Amino acid sequence: MNAPVDGGRLLWQGADWDFATLERIHDACAQVATGEMGLEVYPNRIEVISAEQMLDAYASTGLPLFYRHWSFGKHFAQHEAMYRRGLRGLAYEIVINAEPCVSYVMEENTATMQALVIAHAAFGHNHFFRTNRLFREWTDARGILDYLEFARGYIQSCEERFGEPEVERLLDSAHALMNQGVHRHRRRAPDLLSEQRREQERRQHDERMYNVLWSTLPERASAPPSQGETARRRALLQLPQENLLYFLEKSAPRLAPWQREVLRIVRNIAQYFLPQRQTKVMNEGCATYTHHRILHRLHEQGRISDGALLEVLHSHAAVIFQPGFDDPRYSGINPYALGFAMMSDIERICRSPTEEDRQWFPDFAGCGEPMPVLRHAWAEFRDESFILQYLSPHLIREMRLFHLLDDAAAPVLRVAAMHDERGYRRVRQALARQYDPAWTDPDIQVVDVDLAGDRRLILEHAAIDGRLLDEKDAKQVMRHLASLWGYDVLLREVAAAGGATLREHAVGPPR
Amino acid sequence: MQILDRRLNPSGRSLPNRQRFLRRAKALVQEAVRDASAKREIRAADTGGEVSIPLHGIREPNFQLGAGGRRDHVLPGNKQYREGDEIARPQGGEGGSGSEGAPEGGGEDAFRFALSREEFLSIYLDDLELPDLAKRRLVDASDPAWQRAGYAVSGTPANLSIARTMRNSLSRRIALKRPKPEAAAVLEAEIAALDGKPDQAEQLLRLRAELERQLLRARRIPYIDPIDVRYRRFESQPRPVARAVMFCLMDVSGSMTEEMKDLAKRFYTLLYLFLQRRYKHVEIVFIRHTHEASEVDEEAFFHSRETGGTLVSTALVEMQRIVADRFPPADWNIYAAQASDGDNAAGDSQRTGQLLVEHILPACQYYAYIEVGRDGDQGIPGFPRGATDLWRTYEALAAAGAPLAMKKVRHRQDIFPVFRELFAKRGLLDGASA
Repeated sequence: MNAPVDGGRLLWQGADWDFATLERIHDACAQVATGEMGLEVYPNRIEVISAEQMLDAYASTGLPLFYRHWSFGKHFAQHEAMYRRGLRGLAYEIVINAEPCVSYVMEENTATMQALVIAHAAFGHNHFFRTNRLFREWTDARGILDYLEFARGYIQSCEERFGEPEVERLLDSAHALMNQGVHRHRRRAPDLLSEQRREQERRQHDERMYNVLWSTLPERASAPPSQGETARRRALLQLPQENLLYFLEKSAPRLAPWQREVLRIVRNIAQYFLPQRQTKVMNEGCATYTHHRILHRLHEQGRISDGALLEVLHSHAAVIFQPGFDDPRYSGINPYALGFAMMSDIERICRSPTEEDRQWFPDFAGCGEPMPVLRHAWAEFRDESFILQYLSPHLIREMRLFHLLDDAAAPVLRVAAMHDERGYRRVRQALARQYDPAWTDPDIQVVDVDLAGDRRLILEHAAIDGRLLDEKDAKQVMRHLASLWGYDVLLREVAAAGGATLREHAVGPPR
Repeated sequence: MQILDRRLNPSGRSLPNRQRFLRRAKALVQEAVRDASAKREIRAADTGGEVSIPLHGIREPNFQLGAGGRRDHVLPGNKQYREGDEIARPQGGEGGSGSEGAPEGGGEDAFRFALSREEFLSIYLDDLELPDLAKRRLVDASDPAWQRAGYAVSGTPANLSIARTMRNSLSRRIALKRPKPEAAAVLEAEIAALDGKPDQAEQLLRLRAELERQLLRARRIPYIDPIDVRYRRFESQPRPVARAVMFCLMDVSGSMTEEMKDLAKRFYTLLYLFLQRRYKHVEIVFIRHTHEASEVDEEAFFHSRETGGTLVSTALVEMQRIVADRFPPADWNIYAAQASDGDNAAGDSQRTGQLLVEHILPACQYYAYIEVGRDGDQGIPGFPRGATDLWRTYEALAAAGAPLAMKKVRHRQDIFPVFRELFAKRGLLDGASA
């Protein structure tokens, strides 16, 4: 135990904590974070929850309230079974990109863990949510909680009006297309608060809206439509379109207005999560770096005991553990490990660069103060561009990264590049590509609707390097797609280079 | 900054999602529960537990890249490879399909999760195609039978007993001599009559003092005091403290197939569940027989194979012995369930019938006989399948009014109707078990 003189400065002693302790911890962290590190954060809201509530939160993808669907029940059962058998511990925290920024902390955590969690989530993630470009442009932190409330209520009212099975089928179909339900290129700051109002306007608007697909009057017997006419209609339908849910919401001929609204809810939520998927490494790197730095600083100030710091380091080491590729524990690159390593590496380059670093990073090598560099990186990049810009040869060597080429046509795997002079740039490029959604997610677009004939919807998957869709899954998703569209659906897989058709999937609507 | 304590929020937020999930995966869960209950002991039938269902039945598909094509991996922890090295493709390892694409269970193809007791039982009983009414009786663990049990000094306003409260109030008022309002009225009238007559001034003064005293006393002794208040008291009615023993008799000679034994086991399980609802303590005795009978444990009962002839009477003799030894009918409610394929050695039937009528049935609350057969077993086409020896024997007894339920069971759904007869005889059973 510490001497009483010491105890006066310590933020907490032992493992127990109460709300006053949390408040002291928060204020001390805030001093370091906003004062010394210059972080910019939303106001914090820290919510203490139990283990069961943590499982609840897991089940609904971390959101505090969500509409009801069987798949969340499935995830809950799965997490619960693993937790009960001791296969998996629970996360110490969940943080929600909202304003105020909501962090859940578990009641079972020790005081030290709470400090770690608060520094990590309430300052690290919070700063990232607030300043990162993707989050600023694609998500509406102020509106999300109200919107979720609205979504939940709306879907519940649909269940009451149209029956649970009907809504469940629709949500199943929408979830199957969720990954294809985001705009990746159009930029427009979302405004979730106005979504409710818009839902009411939609009904009135729909009655007035003109859609070529809904015209059921027989065509006058005439010559086949001219080239210009077809182009005009395609433009009206905004083709080609990568956001399948958006296209279905706007143009599927057989959906009722409430079904369109449900599709919109699903795609709004998918859109809300899009930045998180693109910034996993950076987000975790930023948060891990932040808690590491804050807690060390507090220790230097004598506000954390040596024992507590050891506990912090123990958890920290577990979080950033990266097994090698041939280790049985290996399951991909740990975003915490890579993120933290890169942030620390940037700090090293700023403070004590080598000659190599000066060559590779002339902009900031040896500048002395890492925080401005890091804050700039956290604000302006996403995983793919961040790695492409900041991964240093030093770190490539340290992690012993190598690039393995797996060509199904070749009988063996080949090491294409490794951590040497010739390989740095290629390894870095290949790693960056692993985080590029354009590379990892299939590129599927609606290209045409057979307007003159049977209204068949035509999609194209531009297969890069001959990587085709998983056939069984694709078939099932196509069925969902056909049930939403209401007519035949055709998916063509074409080579991205050359445009040769590689495979086709055709599915008719359910009878 | 705000700190909120959410721990007190109502739990079970994801319960509706769970119900939706169970409904969605109903067929799979039912299959899993069927497997699990076949492996369980009868006694464990009504506990929850983990079940495992195949993952593919509850997949959420989405477009993802499949195997094949050219792909790049950047991996950490290189030890010996140099650029240009060629490595043999690992068998089913990371060189194959996008293993990162499957977030659920990381390649596990079964999905394990825990069911609560209610869920497990409900699905199990569903599978037996029990009518809802019977199912509710079994699944519902809470016993809603509340009984009046006198009065209490505390309770909810809804349970206030006005009559009893007023009675207490009245006796207290009498005992403490609280002045009645009529007495005060009489005094007031007297005062009014005397008022203004100077010769009666002394009397008036006395009366006024008396009135004041009475009014003060009436104020001090309230009309209804908190100590008068009584509430109706309710107690949950304890289940009849009674014990039951359940005899499982089964023919284990070679002609009984696994399938038949499984049907029998389901029957025993269900009987156990029903009995458990009615009795605090239920014992199970397993007696198997070929041409001789013995008491065994559950494992041996269902799983060990015996060879020999078939003499049903031996099992009844054994049961009679055990009843006499350990379960005096005065202290125990005795239930017996016999499963057989109907074979019996020629000449044993008469002895069997005699034993039943004279010794077994008088001691039993209920005797059920189920004759198991294969699904779709119709005998030789064109020849109506005759009743078996045992069936004919028991049929004659039942016709003579013995408390005997009998049923031919070819399929799971045939099992429950046997119990319908048990319910039909409720009056008789209640009288006996009380």
